[in-house]
Amino acid sequence: MNTTTAPLSKTPLHALHEELGARMVEFAGYSMPVSYPTGILAEHRHCRASAALFDVSHMGQLRLTGDDAARALESQVPVDVCGLDVGKQRYGYFTNSNGGIADDLMIARRDGDWLLVVNAACKAADTARLQTSIGHRCTVQPLPELALLALQGPKSPAALARLHPGVLSLTFMTGGWFELAGERCWVTRSGYTGEDGFEVSVPAEAAEALARALLAQPEVRPAGLGARDTLRLEAGLCLHGHDIDATTTPVEAGLAWAIQRVRRPGGAREGGYPGADVIARQLANGVTNKRVGLVGLERAPVREGTPLLDAHGRKLGHVTSGTLGPTFDKPVAMAYLAANHAVASHEVYAEQRGRRWPMRVAPLPFVAHRYHRL
Amino acid sequence: MTTKFTSDHEWINIEDHEAAVVGITLHAQDALGDVVFVELPTVGRTLKKGEVAGVVESVKAAADIYMPVTGEVVEVNEALRAEPALANSDPMGNGWFFKVHVSDMAEFDQLMDPPAYDALLKTL
Repeated sequence: MNTTTAPLSKTPLHALHEELGARMVEFAGYSMPVSYPTGILAEHRHCRASAALFDVSHMGQLRLTGDDAARALESQVPVDVCGLDVGKQRYGYFTNSNGGIADDLMIARRDGDWLLVVNAACKAADTARLQTSIGHRCTVQPLPELALLALQGPKSPAALARLHPGVLSLTFMTGGWFELAGERCWVTRSGYTGEDGFEVSVPAEAAEALARALLAQPEVRPAGLGARDTLRLEAGLCLHGHDIDATTTPVEAGLAWAIQRVRRPGGAREGGYPGADVIARQLANGVTNKRVGLVGLERAPVREGTPLLDAHGRKLGHVTSGTLGPTFDKPVAMAYLAANHAVASHEVYAEQRGRRWPMRVAPLPFVAHRYHRL
Repeated sequence: MTTKFTSDHEWINIEDHEAAVVGITLHAQDALGDVVFVELPTVGRTLKKGEVAGVVESVKAAADIYMPVTGEVVEVNEALRAEPALANSDPMGNGWFFKVHVSDMAEFDQLMDPPAYDALLKTL
């Protein structure tokens, strides 16, 4: 139920979603398509088999400019921003003073500026943080005039190449400027489904024309936030506010791979971001709780918040995301477990509706990534 | 009138009051989306009207199935357990959930008839 009285924000594709018969729901203050008439399962399967178009315009896009922008941003994220080449993108996160993850984001270096893509629910806080903490060192410019489309799936290169063959030169986590539907667009080969694909940052007024041009390709069908959620969960990718949040650290979340050597203790630009002391200590000494993947041994999906117990009924942790994996065809979940239980093949019990459902710790991702790497 | 409806979007068909059939409505399956799992009650158990008799899970969410009337569960739909998508493709037919021996026909009489349920749907 929507308890706020403020009207929901709409993306530039709102009318198109309604025309396509989407079921619209409230998400982070936006009216967003959760699914189209074919339903989440069909959209999920179509993305894994062909190409799916997602509207992710609710996400925040921010531009940083200025000679000191990279160093300034490094004071807010534990990522090697300075070492990023033009045309490259990196995953990262804003930390808080406890080492928790305030938000996760994508950071792309373009010729002359930096583009950040942050979560919809956090974009106001992220913008305020950047303006307050580094606004005196570089220009922080929110870009509400841009839409963001994600084209995901093994046939997305063929579909997008018909609009501009140049996009085929991109590899995973690289980007470039291309003219699509008559507008100059920033295109990265990235996404959040585990599949090959692209994200296109497009001026709002051209977004619908671009979306229609993509939907006119025989490989492409629209997909909503419901399929996006099951796809990213199978791909083992964290959803902020669920699998990671201000109370979980990158080390607990298994995301320390995003902290490059140069930012780690002993590195040339070590620390210097909020909570660096906590994260350094955890990198050295380990953590007591870890994010894991779980596979259900029965058919029941296990949902967020479900307690996880050992064979004696002692609490070991809780589920942070869960569903029946449409491609994996078993219940899949992400959870935090006491570190001594966060061991592959370890069996735990999800207590749901008064029953204990056996689940097994499993490696992530559940469905192998199929990114286009060099 | 042998089929009536509840405000929880379930239907019950009383053609055989010793084995009245219970399922979810077209509206319920549409609101849930793709059903991937069902939990059915134990045959032989007597449940009161309003008690949780089962669970239906879609990829997005779980919802309880309530007893529309008091009675003893006399049969469950094993085909639905094996193929939960029947709840989407044929909710008023092969996607039925369980059968119940109705204890008190007055409880059935109090449920919504089709025009009343249609009126409820129009308010949603």
